[in-house]
Amino acid sequence: MDIHFTPEQLAFRDEVREFLKQELPADIAAKVKLGKHMAKEDHERWQKILSAKGWYAPGWPVEHGGTDWGPVEKHIFDEESAAYGAPRLVPFGVNMVAPVIIKFGSEEQKRHYLPRILSGEDWWCQGYSEPGAGSDLASLKTRAVRDGDHYIVNGQKTWTTLGQHANWIFCLVRTDPEAQQQRGISFLLIDMATPGITVRPIYTLDGDHEVNEVFFDDVKVPVENLVGEENKGWTCAKYLLTHERTGLAGIGASKAAMRHLKRVATKQQKNGKPLIEDTLFRTQIAEVEMELMAAEMSTLRIVAAASEGGVPGAESSILKVQGTEIRQAITNLLRKALGPYALPFLPEELDYEYDGDVLLEDYSPALASSYFNMRKLSIFGGSNEIQKNIVSKMILEL
Amino acid sequence: MDFKLTEEQQMLQETAERLVRDAYTFTKREHASKSEAGFSTEFWKQLGELGLTAIPFPEELGGFGGSGIENMLIMQELGKGICLEPFMESVILAGGLITQLGSEAQKEELLAGIASGELQAAVALDELHSHYDLSHVTTTATQQGSDWVLNGRKGVVIGGHTAGKILVSARNAGDTCDQQGISLFIVDPNSAGVTRRTYATVDGRKGCELFLDNAKGELLGTAGGAYDAISYQAGRAIAALCAEAVGAMRVLCDITLDYLKTRKQFGVVIGKFQVLQHRMVDMVSALERATSMAILAACLADDEDSAERSAKLSAAKFMVNRAARYVAEESIQLHGGIAMTWEYSGAHYAKRLVMISHQLGDDDHHLEAYAAQLSA
Repeated sequence: MDIHFTPEQLAFRDEVREFLKQELPADIAAKVKLGKHMAKEDHERWQKILSAKGWYAPGWPVEHGGTDWGPVEKHIFDEESAAYGAPRLVPFGVNMVAPVIIKFGSEEQKRHYLPRILSGEDWWCQGYSEPGAGSDLASLKTRAVRDGDHYIVNGQKTWTTLGQHANWIFCLVRTDPEAQQQRGISFLLIDMATPGITVRPIYTLDGDHEVNEVFFDDVKVPVENLVGEENKGWTCAKYLLTHERTGLAGIGASKAAMRHLKRVATKQQKNGKPLIEDTLFRTQIAEVEMELMAAEMSTLRIVAAASEGGVPGAESSILKVQGTEIRQAITNLLRKALGPYALPFLPEELDYEYDGDVLLEDYSPALASSYFNMRKLSIFGGSNEIQKNIVSKMILEL
Repeated sequence: MDFKLTEEQQMLQETAERLVRDAYTFTKREHASKSEAGFSTEFWKQLGELGLTAIPFPEELGGFGGSGIENMLIMQELGKGICLEPFMESVILAGGLITQLGSEAQKEELLAGIASGELQAAVALDELHSHYDLSHVTTTATQQGSDWVLNGRKGVVIGGHTAGKILVSARNAGDTCDQQGISLFIVDPNSAGVTRRTYATVDGRKGCELFLDNAKGELLGTAGGAYDAISYQAGRAIAALCAEAVGAMRVLCDITLDYLKTRKQFGVVIGKFQVLQHRMVDMVSALERATSMAILAACLADDEDSAERSAKLSAAKFMVNRAARYVAEESIQLHGGIAMTWEYSGAHYAKRLVMISHQLGDDDHHLEAYAAQLSA
């Protein structure tokens, strides 16, 4: 038993660090660290840099443009990327629809879609949730009716993250309304430019436009856009959800947030001293840092088991709950660190190009907003309560 | 990075597991707990015969050169049986202190006995008002000719009532909480000036208060310079306690889960109620966190002394203490009335789990220690 990385893994980490030092644009890293708004162009710029290096899709098989990294290497890459302030990859194309296409798609679909994801030509979004189907995803109602060579799609999707940038959407649609809930669902790829699709913004509680509603009104989708078999879409959905969950603990991001918290607590003052020297506040930081240490060790145990060929199962559900609670606890302390200056709402200062007077500090305007924004962590990707249901059923067999 | 056990480690684990399973039934534990020794002298002998008490000692001293991992494997199994024997106190803590500080003659005289189990040793670090602070030492040591004479009271010496030797921290210089000026002495509990008040502990074990009235002590290590070794060896003992807690938590989670699957109320097994399912998941999550931290502690326990090692061991004990109390309290609540009875084994796991946090630092103590060293 050894908790240290091997010399090869350390060499790999150095290589990743060197790459990030050289290639990660400073303005993008600053935006990430200070919680400033990210433009579509920022994501695309970083993606192109990663693609050029061959590191945009580490999880894909090599023949499709992936890497031969094992779970430990992937973990190191994620950790280091977060530490250097690289933006979290928009996952919908590269880490969500792509694995489904690779696993269930036809050769034709692989040839067509995968290169376009790698090159950044396509920006994907996710059409899962509906107004009436949140945690109970299988109750979705969006209908797809076969009509010759097409499906005619009618319905509404919601919480579509960055759908305003997307030109493609992958959707779960109901193809057999008679079948039991999970059975009549299919997995469809839909071009956002198809007539009948309307995207409307949803402004979240922090004032941000991140998510959208997508309406489908007699949208004609070619039959060849079906992935896998008709009415077997739930298999794809489940596969994708496990893929999603493993990354949801967000240990790398939480470690970066913890460093940010300490920086902020060193600058903010209480009783004429840096806040970090205040016993009560310092103790709260310590508590979260120890929780994070435990979550990191648990992640490493899962990563190590995965490199031995184990499949991360329901234990990633435990980690999702733990990891998201930790991240939320950090954002809570960041908000508290500002004292009364958590109150001013200054969206203009979240613009990186803003050149007016800064009310307090470059880091301050994002903190209260981010605290509210991060409440989403325990809701999306299968709410934390759903994760507990999964553990209860799969591990405890209750 | 590798979390696998070697073949030898697996064998060690299996040996310990089998031994505990065969020797430690609930009835036998009850019997041993109520005996004069407060533990099973027979089981203690078996630990020695199978070589388990020799595991952590260097090969040249008759041991197997085991590390924190080996200690973890043994302690986990002892925790699964909520075994009463003072393995941590005698083998890991006293044995570790003698290995680190002892002269060749002292090692020769004492370690073979500890390693074989023939000598059961205890360690007296706590005092009436020390509250886990190992530098809080008021017991005095004064030199009279070539002898050291000790005066004072040491508290809650687990296994001290049966110990052949007790290691006592006493102050020969400095103020109450100075790290400098603390020495360690080997005390023969049957010698003049030593009296003991023996008592049972809440978790079914036994310990004693140790009163020293001009008692003789044999210096271990250098006079006034024992604190670093005490603190270092306490770190190894903390790792061991973390492992013991994980073993006990695992069994208590299993017992509770089993109960949820069999106990019926309102016509269904109570495990069908989502409110109880989620609480059970929270218990298992706490166990997972504690397991991760116990592994971290075991991997660091035998590293060179450093601020990082101390901080991480504090983090481990903090997280394990919290998880242990959580699992203990939840298991009682999920069982309902039955867990309130002495006859129910789960209750004794719960008691041990809570009491583990009262040895070598509770969660407040380690939270404070971790926060003090927090780096920006």
